Amino acid sequence: MSSEIKQILTTDGIPLEVSLKKAEKKNKIKAFLLVAPLLLFLIITYVFPIGEMFSRSIDDKMITNMLPKTFKEMEKWDGQELPPEEVFTAFYYDFKVLVEKQEHGKLGQRLNKEKNGFNSITKKLFRQVKRKKIDESISIKEQIMKVHKRWRTVEYWQAIKRTAPPYTMSKYLKGMDMYYAADGSITQVDEDRRIHRILWLRTLEIAFFVTLFCFLMGYPIAHLLATLPMKYSNLLMICVLLPFWTSLLVRTASWMILLQQQGVVNDFFVMIGLVADDNRPEMMYNKVGTYVAMTQILLPFMVLPLYSVMKTISPSLMRAGKSLGGTPFVAFYKVYFPLTIPGIGAGCLLVFILAIGYYITPALVGGASGTLISNQIAFHMKQTLDWSFASAMGLMLLSGVLVIYWIYNKLVGVDNIKLG
Amino acid sequence: MALPSYTETRYRIWHYIYITICTFVFFFLIAPLFVIFPLSFNAEEFLVFSEGMKNLDPDAFSLRWYKDMIYGTKNPWGLAAKNSFIIAIFATIGSIILGTLAALGLSSRHMPYKGIIMATLISPMIVPLIISGVAIFFFMAKVGLAATHAGIVLAHIILGTPFVVITVTATLSGFDHSVTRAAASLGSNPVNTFMKVTLPLILPGVISGGLFAFVTSFDEVVVVLFLAGLENTTIPIQMWTGLREQLSPTILAVATCLIILSTLILISAELLRRRSERLRGINR
Repeated sequence: MSSEIKQILTTDGIPLEVSLKKAEKKNKIKAFLLVAPLLLFLIITYVFPIGEMFSRSIDDKMITNMLPKTFKEMEKWDGQELPPEEVFTAFYYDFKVLVEKQEHGKLGQRLNKEKNGFNSITKKLFRQVKRKKIDESISIKEQIMKVHKRWRTVEYWQAIKRTAPPYTMSKYLKGMDMYYAADGSITQVDEDRRIHRILWLRTLEIAFFVTLFCFLMGYPIAHLLATLPMKYSNLLMICVLLPFWTSLLVRTASWMILLQQQGVVNDFFVMIGLVADDNRPEMMYNKVGTYVAMTQILLPFMVLPLYSVMKTISPSLMRAGKSLGGTPFVAFYKVYFPLTIPGIGAGCLLVFILAIGYYITPALVGGASGTLISNQIAFHMKQTLDWSFASAMGLMLLSGVLVIYWIYNKLVGVDNIKLG
Repeated sequence: MALPSYTETRYRIWHYIYITICTFVFFFLIAPLFVIFPLSFNAEEFLVFSEGMKNLDPDAFSLRWYKDMIYGTKNPWGLAAKNSFIIAIFATIGSIILGTLAALGLSSRHMPYKGIIMATLISPMIVPLIISGVAIFFFMAKVGLAATHAGIVLAHIILGTPFVVITVTATLSGFDHSVTRAAASLGSNPVNTFMKVTLPLILPGVISGGLFAFVTSFDEVVVVLFLAGLENTTIPIQMWTGLREQLSPTILAVATCLIILSTLILISAELLRRRSERLRGINR
């Protein structure tokens, strides 16, 4: 008997296997079409723009387009001594174009970021070019070198050469307090100017301790909620859920009122005699405020996952542990605690992820010593308008968060996130 | 949690320590919200409890900040409230439609690349808001939707859909698919089946996802800070500016209203959850 006869056929005479595959494919497409609108929407409005942040953060095309002739000539220059006549000539013609377009100022600012002192010497050169003082029939190199002594210094020409590639990692280096030195090597900035590293460490430190505090406070109450009879636990659950549903700004405002110098907490400390009335401690606009407010705000995100795990643990397990001779502590440590580890993982990762990117609360109660990396990103987006640097910092933060998200996904699974 | 009579003293002590810790934590969670209520009725301009308030003197209390919130000439709260509600309602509708469709697809066992797609759809909830804000701002500026209501609504749909996807997928996980097959075998087309059979059953999940989306939009400030112009100011933006610049008791009046609103939302969310559990036959 050949194999074809063994095949089962549907009523239309098509082999069942083929027909089934066709039906499955149809179902697959149907399912995908349902997801497609949201997926497309997110890819266009969200995923691509994040990718655009990346291209913006490494983009350095502006100067590449400003000095096309110069960079072409510079390819032949070895960068050791002063560049040859051709480079100076090419630079002069590029600069002339920029002066006509009134873009020489931008060039000066951009080069000044690479090496201090460029701003003034491009202005000097601009005045010479504007007044047509430079004679194009004789050596342009000699004339430019006469404008200012820095134009005779090889370091400045090396700095121009370094800006040639259309892409740069300098924003990322700046985010880690490093920069390209004159010879192109990566160098650390002076110790007293390492502001970004302090911010990264502080962000990690605050996120870590907020997670720890949330765990220490969340574990007992999640346990209480899970073990109390339903009618009591429902009532207490409101204490967790009401802050969870309340506006973040309202909760931050209430902490601002509580923690201010004439606030309720300080009043209480004075009343019980912990501090003197004229020596009230500053609890806001510093790290203390950030810790206290963030812990309270993120605590529900710790309690809810812990609660949903603890709810599934049968109380008879603890009884069994005790009946087998364990003291309550041993039974808790050996039986109950290991069973809650999935909940601990979920809660801690969630709180950590949320804490590391926190912006509003630190900005309001953090002051100068309690601000985080997010505040720095907002600062560069709104105040200095250095959007490429803000993008670079944002992506550095994002990569950290995505690593934790990936771990979370492996351990907990995103489809297991529970809300409320 | 009564202790059995045979409990040893040291465990008894531990138990009381544990109860004390729990009481303290619950107090820590809920008490800050209640400091706002009395202060919003303060007759004076300062954000501290005056001597009169401590002595419960009726003259120390007044409704002046509530009047200021509603009738105050320079107060932008009216416009802000209008904007907030318009934006939140449209963002909620958008999130519900896109999120529910996606959840239906994701719950199908035929869905290809489920893990990676789910992770992408949830990502706006995980990515720090400041980064979402920067990215969405770049996009909206490019397509010319910055400083428009439409731009903010789209941004809030991005941030709100993950919640709908999560809650509806959770509801669908206990969903008995034989009822849709039964409907189909009785001659109902897929759209009709969805409207008459599936939707009523998953409605609690859809609505509670919608509540999350509404609250997310209504409370969102980071992304709006990047997107909003003067015309698109919202309640959170006004609160943010107020808290940064001059902390006036009017903010506390607004905050009190917001707490009442969130209490209402909490009650409806809880009722929905219980109804959903009853519908799905989960009895605890």
